[in-house]
Amino acid sequence: MKIGLDVGSTTIKCVVLDENEEIVYQSYERHYSQITQKMADLLQKIRQEVPGAQVAQVSVSGSAGMGVAQSCDLPFIQEVYATRIATGRLIPDADVIIELGGEDAKILFLTGGTEVRMNGTCAGGTGAFIDQMATLLNLSLEEMNRLAEEHEKIYTIASRCGVFAKSDIQPLLNQGARKSDVSASIFKAVVNQTIAGLAQGRAIQGKVVYLGGPLTFLSQLRESFDESLGVQGVCPENSLYYVALGAAYNSEIAVDIGTALAHIAQYSGKATFLSIPPLFESEDEYRAFAQRHSKCKAPRGDIAAYEGPAYLGIDAGSTTIKAAVLGKDGELLESIYRSNAGNPVPAVREFLIHLYETYPNLHIAASAATGYGEELLKNAFNLDFGTVETVAHFTAAKCFLPDVDFVIDIGGQDMKCFKIRNGAIDNIFLNEACSSGCGSFLQTFANTLGYDIAEFARLGLFAKRPVDLGSRCTVFMNSSVKQAQKDGATTEDISAGLSVSVVKNAIYKVIRASSAEELGRKIVVQGGTFLNDAVLRVFEKELGVDVVRPDISGLMGAYGAAVYAKQRSAGQEKSSLIGLEELRHFSHEVKVTSCGLCNNHCRLTVNIFDGTRRFIGGNRCEKPVTRRTEGAAPDMYAFKLQKLLEYEPKPGPRGKLGMPMGLNFYELLPFWHTFFTKLGFEVVHSPLSSRKLYIEGQHTIPSDTVCFPAKLIHGHIASLLDQGIDTIFYPCMSYNFDEHRSDNHYNCPVVAYYPEVISANVAELRGKTFLHDYVGIHRKKDFPLKMHEILEKYFDGISLREVREAAKAAYAEYDRYMATVRRVGEEMIERARAEKRQIIVLSGRPYHLDPEVNHGINKLITSLGAAVISEDVISDRVQRFSTNVLNQWTYHARLYSAAQYVGSQPDMNLVQLVSFGCGVDAITTDEVREILEQNHKIYTQIKIDEITNLGAVKIRLRSLFAALEQ
Amino acid sequence: MAELEKSGLQRDKTGRILFTKEMKEEYTILCPMMLPIHFALMVDVFRNCGYKMELLTASGPNIVQEGLKYVHNDTCYPALLVIGQFIDALKSGKYDVDKTALIITQTGGGCRASNYIHLLRKALRKAGLEQVPVISLNLSGLEHNPGFQVTLPMIRKIVAAIVYGDVLMLLRNQVKPYEVEAGAADRLVERWTQKLCQQFREGKGYSQRAEKANLRELVKDFAQIRVDRTPKVRVGIVGEIYVKYAAFANNHLEDFLAEQGCEVNVPGLMGFVLFKIDNRLEDIKLYGGNPAKYAVVNALMNYVLGLEAMMIEAVKTQPCFQPPTPYFEMKKMVKGVIGYGDKMGEGWLLTAEMMELTEAGYENIVCAQPFGCLPNHICGKGMIRRIKELDERANIVPIDYDPSATRVNQENRIKLMLAVARENLQKKLERQGKGPAAKQPET
Repeated sequence: MKIGLDVGSTTIKCVVLDENEEIVYQSYERHYSQITQKMADLLQKIRQEVPGAQVAQVSVSGSAGMGVAQSCDLPFIQEVYATRIATGRLIPDADVIIELGGEDAKILFLTGGTEVRMNGTCAGGTGAFIDQMATLLNLSLEEMNRLAEEHEKIYTIASRCGVFAKSDIQPLLNQGARKSDVSASIFKAVVNQTIAGLAQGRAIQGKVVYLGGPLTFLSQLRESFDESLGVQGVCPENSLYYVALGAAYNSEIAVDIGTALAHIAQYSGKATFLSIPPLFESEDEYRAFAQRHSKCKAPRGDIAAYEGPAYLGIDAGSTTIKAAVLGKDGELLESIYRSNAGNPVPAVREFLIHLYETYPNLHIAASAATGYGEELLKNAFNLDFGTVETVAHFTAAKCFLPDVDFVIDIGGQDMKCFKIRNGAIDNIFLNEACSSGCGSFLQTFANTLGYDIAEFARLGLFAKRPVDLGSRCTVFMNSSVKQAQKDGATTEDISAGLSVSVVKNAIYKVIRASSAEELGRKIVVQGGTFLNDAVLRVFEKELGVDVVRPDISGLMGAYGAAVYAKQRSAGQEKSSLIGLEELRHFSHEVKVTSCGLCNNHCRLTVNIFDGTRRFIGGNRCEKPVTRRTEGAAPDMYAFKLQKLLEYEPKPGPRGKLGMPMGLNFYELLPFWHTFFTKLGFEVVHSPLSSRKLYIEGQHTIPSDTVCFPAKLIHGHIASLLDQGIDTIFYPCMSYNFDEHRSDNHYNCPVVAYYPEVISANVAELRGKTFLHDYVGIHRKKDFPLKMHEILEKYFDGISLREVREAAKAAYAEYDRYMATVRRVGEEMIERARAEKRQIIVLSGRPYHLDPEVNHGINKLITSLGAAVISEDVISDRVQRFSTNVLNQWTYHARLYSAAQYVGSQPDMNLVQLVSFGCGVDAITTDEVREILEQNHKIYTQIKIDEITNLGAVKIRLRSLFAALEQ
Repeated sequence: MAELEKSGLQRDKTGRILFTKEMKEEYTILCPMMLPIHFALMVDVFRNCGYKMELLTASGPNIVQEGLKYVHNDTCYPALLVIGQFIDALKSGKYDVDKTALIITQTGGGCRASNYIHLLRKALRKAGLEQVPVISLNLSGLEHNPGFQVTLPMIRKIVAAIVYGDVLMLLRNQVKPYEVEAGAADRLVERWTQKLCQQFREGKGYSQRAEKANLRELVKDFAQIRVDRTPKVRVGIVGEIYVKYAAFANNHLEDFLAEQGCEVNVPGLMGFVLFKIDNRLEDIKLYGGNPAKYAVVNALMNYVLGLEAMMIEAVKTQPCFQPPTPYFEMKKMVKGVIGYGDKMGEGWLLTAEMMELTEAGYENIVCAQPFGCLPNHICGKGMIRRIKELDERANIVPIDYDPSATRVNQENRIKLMLAVARENLQKKLERQGKGPAAKQPET
């Protein structure tokens, strides 16, 4: 008798084999993290149901099984290894196995050199990810699968992390994209993630076997894999049990089940997790706390009895929809707070119909929308005004604490905090690219553990030993929570621990404060998440200050929008809001299309209301709406890009030489183009980045945590090879030009040495000439000699004299290019000033010019009426000064100088673009912020990645402009 | 600020607090821990030179919390830990914060690590501990302090400590997994550490002659420990220097591997020292530069190479030990794989170490780095595929460390690597017609 137990992250699988290795018992169930309990139940059951199972050879496998096996003295076998054993027996002719589990993804190459690969610390693209997405779509997995079958188009969704994906999907849903398309897109994202993350250049072909829960249950996911791989994969019988089977086959040590059960029982008793002090020492303490907060109430009014003008505010958040109706004195007459189930339009329609029908005499004088769905709702229902969320929240906060100096709002997946200085919003902190520590995070956990959120939160209040879970990504949190459960933490402890983690994430990661004083002393907290007393308590404890939580904490956006509508509507009689009749016959039709008017290829969702009113979402600029070229605001990013594209290939006797258009070629193209053209090469650079180009190179990326601009290089190299270019120049460069602004003039390690990665991982380069030697352009005198040595290795008959001349021309061209940038930049500044525009110094690295990297944020800024210039335009305008950090990178030194200069210019503000995963920017962002704040400037940071949530970017920019206006 | 001036702290023109000669008398200097054997010896060198130095050995969750609080969370894990450890110590009440200084190394390379000292000062400011002077320990002439000078004799002594540390670590790793009497290797390490410290205090043990004699004796002592050499899975550890060495940073990786029944090989510090010196020569070779500077650096290089040769010779005196591969042989191995100009972080040396380990029979490798480590995107994870192509024996698993990466996930991945390793070992033994490998504690 052999027993194989596979304890995964979400399920527990078990097989029992008889002497002939035939399955006599099998089971598959979710363990809801009650691992030891479930294991015990299972063994108990086997002992009763399977004759002769008192003593058996047992082997435990699976990520969650490891710790238990160790402590309970049961043999353990690593799960990927177990899979291999099982496949070897059952499908000996398999070539590749793809197995997706709850939190793991694995690929096993069985033929042509066995290799096993497993996802790293990131759980993107796994079962947990699909579950999260299903929750977001409000669908069951079966429904998702069924809908995916009907899809018409695929959207690009980042699956690296559920969190990123959410920020892709939410705007899609808010813009009215169809769930069938979104479902299929989610599956495709999983496929891309698996292939990109695990194949790492190795081709997946031959007999492909699909294993694990998601691939067993979701036929459309298999289909999606088949399509991408160009294979017809198989999902064998018992595809859920391969790990358990492998464990069983491999088991050798006989275990007495009774003894094992005793060990397990003992194990569950241990509590070895890290804990922090309880939130409340006593019931009394809680009562005092609850009483203090119960005093902060919004005035109420009776809607049925109310006469006079009423004001409607709607806040369309990421997962919820909130609405408030106020009387003329700010009294709350009516409100809703509900989930938007993926589409805010029907929810609002329902509410409005209810309002009109129940209170026919209600006179709505003005209305406003805010939040993610602001524009959609404003257009759908003809609301009078729209305002950015931060302004709405500030407006509401002032009603409760007139001299408020800090507002923090934690909603479903956004966190917004801002300081208030001189009555204006000053410093805005938004969580970007990461929603850990938001409401949906707690919600997800509550659901996983089988509680509703309110109940779950209450449990935490009196936890004796809240678990210390750290603060970071939801996915990591999953593992931490599971670990804690295994170590005996109760649901109470976990609930409290999660609340602590939410708060710590907000304070230390998003706001980056080190003391309460830094935030101010008059703090208003709001957003649905603060309705949770545990979160509120931790927040106060962590900051050591009593804060104000209005009783309408979750409604503040809507309340603020209503107040805003009232303020803006002075004298207005009647809101433009559509009436009851129109609402009854309201229709909403969505068409999805791609804009072809520029390189960004914005995915447009065209919403048509009542067959007549149109609203286009997803656009960055006004082109698709107005069909005009953009507003005339100067844009240095556009200029530089166009300037670079002027360096066209000139046929030369030495034939074609390719350069990948990425990383520092975005600045050095003039240099290298001139250099090699002068030497008689026809210099061809790869085309501008695109999604397609990225996907083509994706499978050769060895490190999935490197920044997106670096990952793009793989696509550029692939594209050059596709064009049949056999000679590619991509030099390694430890050093950049010395601009004498810093202590050293390095490139960052990734920019400096990425050619090495290309050389080692792009197999197609074999047999081609790939020049990736180490080059020192910073030593102008030595350069020709050294470069000549390098070129001699690859080409015949290039004389040193030629190289010297070419170098001379290259340095001159580079200087000319930079001079042009500065001159035109100056003209743009002058023009902007003449036209009384705000000037935004959009700062980053030269390669942030790439439209695929910056996602058209420059256009977003100009569409808001401001001029965009780049940091290199002004970085030479200040004297060298000392920074608080070691100033040793050429590009980063420009940031500090630009920030310093912006500090002296009243009409300039700096917005910093930061690529996700850029380790160097962990240092520069703090320093740039400090330099700006010393000069009383607002610091705005925008994190960008493969995919960027432009909605959040827009909030940030609009808030900035709103603050500047005040 | 006014109060600080009153307290008589001296500053340089950028406002940095100087470590003065008076401070040398009064202040305790705290030093972060990385390699237990080496650092114990090195701290002794400083003490003998009149500095009151203390090694920080505290670990625990509070350090991570302090780090998260005072350092940008996207900064690399080592910075977070080292700074967290300092702040934790300063806040612990164990030290008079007005009479305590901190010391931290600064390489001046193109990686973020050169910025640790600045991040530390920022963190101190945020934590209200601005009065604590921070000493930069570097060989690049960064940040002068009147009360702290690295003199030539000190450099010699520190290098001697590295030599001893490397050999002790190497032999311990080769003996401990096979020792018959549990704890014998560790006891010998302890005895020798004390013996060497004693010699250092007496001003002995630094000369090349003394080193040579000591090393031979030491190697002989280790050779006398009774061992049972039943084959075990042999695992090499490479990676970002701090995460690779500091047990606190890598979740006690070496102990975990030992529990799994492995022999562990962690390449020593000597290679890194040579690498950092050699980088200066390579820079001049690649990009041009002052021949006089080249000559000076080359002289230093040769001096350290001499020590390396001596160290290897000493290990070779006992055939039961596997000596480390000489630096220049490792350098040769990566020719055509990665360029010698890749010098940030561990640069090409890391790639070389993986290839050397594979060659030397430690083909099962954990490549450890902080999450998002910039240089390791290139020379670590970026080279694994290439290494496997060149030598299919290589069985490498990259593991990322950061405050929220869970131990379970890390260990699970390492176990996968080990499962493959065991299978390979078994096959190898069968081919050689030998008996089975040591039974692994399969849990």
